[in-house]
Amino acid sequence: MRVTKRRCPLSDSTTAVQTSVHEDVHRPELLHHFANPEQQRDSASLGMWIFLATEVMFFGGLFCAYLIYRIWYYADFAAASKSINAALGGTNTAVLICSSLTVVLAIWAAEQSRRALMLAMLALTMFFGLCFLGIKGVEYHDKFVEHHVPGPTFSFEHEQIPGHPGQYANPQHAEIFFALYFIMTGLHALHMIVGLGIFTWLFVMAWKGRFTPEYHTPLEIGGLYWHFVDIIWIYLFPLLYLIDRHP
Amino acid sequence: MSVHATSSPLKTYFAVWVTLLIGTLLTYEVAKIDLGVFNSAVALTIACIKALLVALFFMHLRHASEKLLKVIVISTLFFLFILLSLSMADYATRGGGGHASLLLPHITALIRS
Repeated sequence: MRVTKRRCPLSDSTTAVQTSVHEDVHRPELLHHFANPEQQRDSASLGMWIFLATEVMFFGGLFCAYLIYRIWYYADFAAASKSINAALGGTNTAVLICSSLTVVLAIWAAEQSRRALMLAMLALTMFFGLCFLGIKGVEYHDKFVEHHVPGPTFSFEHEQIPGHPGQYANPQHAEIFFALYFIMTGLHALHMIVGLGIFTWLFVMAWKGRFTPEYHTPLEIGGLYWHFVDIIWIYLFPLLYLIDRHP
Repeated sequence: MSVHATSSPLKTYFAVWVTLLIGTLLTYEVAKIDLGVFNSAVALTIACIKALLVALFFMHLRHASEKLLKVIVISTLFFLFILLSLSMADYATRGGGGHASLLLPHITALIRS
């Protein structure tokens, strides 16, 4: 066994790196261009965080547009926001939070070599994800029925402005709210669908027994993505559903 | 970040989960009370606390020792801050024609109402 002393590019300390032909055979998941499993793992996680940074800027632009229009047309936005079912939105927030819990439990189960628990938690995560999309579908259906979808059939006539009896919201301004609502929640739902695809793949990998206490990096970076999508929803819920709810 | 450092005990996970659920209920109930401009402030504060909890405990940022990771997370927040603050500063101070030339009158009207 050959022991070399070198500094790992992605860690703080110099570590003794043991490399031998035999060790590589025992760790088929360690790619040859990484010094050790820790460095490989940190590189993968770092890559995911850089991707999430681009996602923050991606959603950031939409949040910025929303913020400006909300200040301009506050009363109209409040009236439009009140027409959305906040109880459904709140339920969806709880559903996503539960799915985030099952993701961390799946990773914990992988670390403890508890295969059945890991598979159950991954399946439960996907179940919560599907619940979220189902509830979202009910919400979208309501909006279609009420003609609140921006376009030629859009209608928002004689809708009271909350707190100002006798005053009605400007339909054109309300249409901007609904455009932002559909773009932001739609983009979020698209991320959920991608997340469901990732977790289906993770479930198959877990089923085949690819994850061990030493190696379950795909679970961790898949989890990072899922939690990020959860964080986006944590902001979307109060911003879109709860502008001016008091009677 | 070693393999063992990232696995928080289950107790923490469940505590964070319960806190997040309480935060959701709280933000939903507070929205029904008329606090004027503070409604938005309270809603955003609760959202930021919830996001921080998810990032620190579920995404394991609390145990991250990787300096490069910290640079990425902090620079992400910094660039988001630039995006929002400079855009708002522009709209708040820019005069001109049109129905929505200035943000400031809208903000002051909101505070007064």
